[in-house]
Amino acid sequence: MENKIPEEYEVVYCKPSTLTDTPLHYCPGCGHGVVHKILMEVVEEMGIQDNTVGVAPVGCSVFAYNYMNVDMQEAAHGRASAVATGVKRVLPDRYVFSYQGDGDLAAIGTAETIHTVNRGENILMIFVNNAIYGMTGGQMAPTTLLGQVTSTSPYGREAAAIGNPLKITELLAQLPGAYYVSRHSIHTSNAIRKLKKAIAKSFEYQKEKKGTCFIEVVSNCPSGWKMTPLETMKWIEEYMFPVYPLGDLKVPKAESKVTTENPN
Amino acid sequence: MSKNDNSNNEPRLMKGNEALAEAAIRAGIHAYFGYPITPQSEILEYFTREMPKRAGVVVQAESELAAINMVFGGAGAGARVMTSSSSPGISLMQEGLSYIASAELPCLVVNINRGGPGLGTIQPSQSDYWQAVKGGGHGDYHLIVLAPASVQEMADFVFDAFQLAEKYRNPAFILADGALGQMMEKVVLPEEGSLPYHDANWATSGMGKRKERNIITSLFIEPEKMEQVNLHLQEKYKSMQKEVRFETILTEDAEILLVAYGLGARICQKVVELGREKDIKIGLLRPITLYPFPKAEIARLAARVQSVLVVEMNAGQMVEDVSLAVNGQCPVSSTGRMGGMISSPEEVLQKVESIVEKQTLTLE
Repeated sequence: MENKIPEEYEVVYCKPSTLTDTPLHYCPGCGHGVVHKILMEVVEEMGIQDNTVGVAPVGCSVFAYNYMNVDMQEAAHGRASAVATGVKRVLPDRYVFSYQGDGDLAAIGTAETIHTVNRGENILMIFVNNAIYGMTGGQMAPTTLLGQVTSTSPYGREAAAIGNPLKITELLAQLPGAYYVSRHSIHTSNAIRKLKKAIAKSFEYQKEKKGTCFIEVVSNCPSGWKMTPLETMKWIEEYMFPVYPLGDLKVPKAESKVTTENPN
Repeated sequence: MSKNDNSNNEPRLMKGNEALAEAAIRAGIHAYFGYPITPQSEILEYFTREMPKRAGVVVQAESELAAINMVFGGAGAGARVMTSSSSPGISLMQEGLSYIASAELPCLVVNINRGGPGLGTIQPSQSDYWQAVKGGGHGDYHLIVLAPASVQEMADFVFDAFQLAEKYRNPAFILADGALGQMMEKVVLPEEGSLPYHDANWATSGMGKRKERNIITSLFIEPEKMEQVNLHLQEKYKSMQKEVRFETILTEDAEILLVAYGLGARICQKVVELGREKDIKIGLLRPITLYPFPKAEIARLAARVQSVLVVEMNAGQMVEDVSLAVNGQCPVSSTGRMGGMISSPEEVLQKVESIVEKQTLTLE
């Protein structure tokens, strides 16, 4: 798509060339669009479009390969990190990332997730947590909050019946294979900038073959939560952050300082 | 094993599982992903021992599910990759196989079939015939299925499987059994490096100098598109039919035709010998490819023989495909044992003799 810009104007904001022109299928206000964009901004800025391979999951971001302008492979539900392992092991000099949601990564793919990180696969795993199954119509996810109403927890999630929200990121941070584990959000532009830095840092670590980098993105689901996008941002702050606090869970020694932030 | 041993082509005594693994290294595989299960664990063990020494990748996965999806990733990235397992593990791999077949990626999956259903037994069986030749997972697809009957073929068919898989961009499958995996026989290993690599310009290996990115997917949400993908796959399966392979023994004057594959065919070779000693005109057709299936040859022979007997180590699975090929031209019967038990040649011969007797009675 060619944008004609009058000569007297300069471009101050545009989408990166590493995103295609395909219109996103995501619901208005969904966090996926933001995460896609900054991930691809990092790929563009680092100049690694030619040697990056992404793995798309099953879930809302199943069509990620329609938007991310890099070589991409699909995975079956939950298996993205196993597929990414296969790619990385035969092409160790490529940048490899998986992009997964909460149902994919923390329910059906829990075994693959834990063992990929435990092997310290030299990949970046991006985990978008919106506490719900969006693609299938808003069912309860492993990360659904206690009391949260979804189409399969119509009376609110009860710990006695189905257990507590699974804090898989905390769990993964315990594993020696995890090199860098960090939790971010898309609820403010400041938070988005921090997320972008974390993604860039992860690709740098990957270049240095440091091990698995794991970034959780606390995100939203206006359709599934039945809220306006703005309401979802408030809900993230009020309800998601107490359970999923932002900040680094594991950082390399040299730069280790506790950076748990005030989510506000 | 010293480097010399790896390159020489002297006959040697090897286990089926180890011959298969060594052949795969000589076929130039980049990576093997697997999970332990009897009776095929020697394959994983062999690779974990040899691959680090020979510049290959080996990963012991956390499950067969993970292993097949690592294969999916490796194959998508354009590498020559494989996995192996035995029946219960192969069941777990069916999801991945369906995706790989739909995404049209070449790879090799080996099933050292053990008796089932369920956890079953660790003894040899052919009970996974249907699963292997009819697709196995969800959707309309086929694997290219090769059935070795000796340790030599356990080695040779690895090369054939990769050659076919890469020619058709389709997963290939070796269906063997616990006995073929465990038994030792003389084998001359194929020469290392003699299988050229395919041009994987479709692979998701990073765009490199390509202008367009590659996408590997099996998701086609519009039904019109999904139908086109299916039509293309079916067209491909039709074109694979010319790859059909089989072996015949004394079929030209046979009145009774045995049809058996793999270890079953080895037993039937002896049955033919014993039968001929008793002046029974008996011959054997051994399908080497189970998919594509030697329908035409079975149909041709069925027009001339008086009876067909299918011998399998299962309750009678291939007999359905044989019956379709025979298409009523002569009676078809089936014999075999299940659950890890193997018919003796004498047992099969008894069945042959009862068929002969019945035919004689009918003629009188």
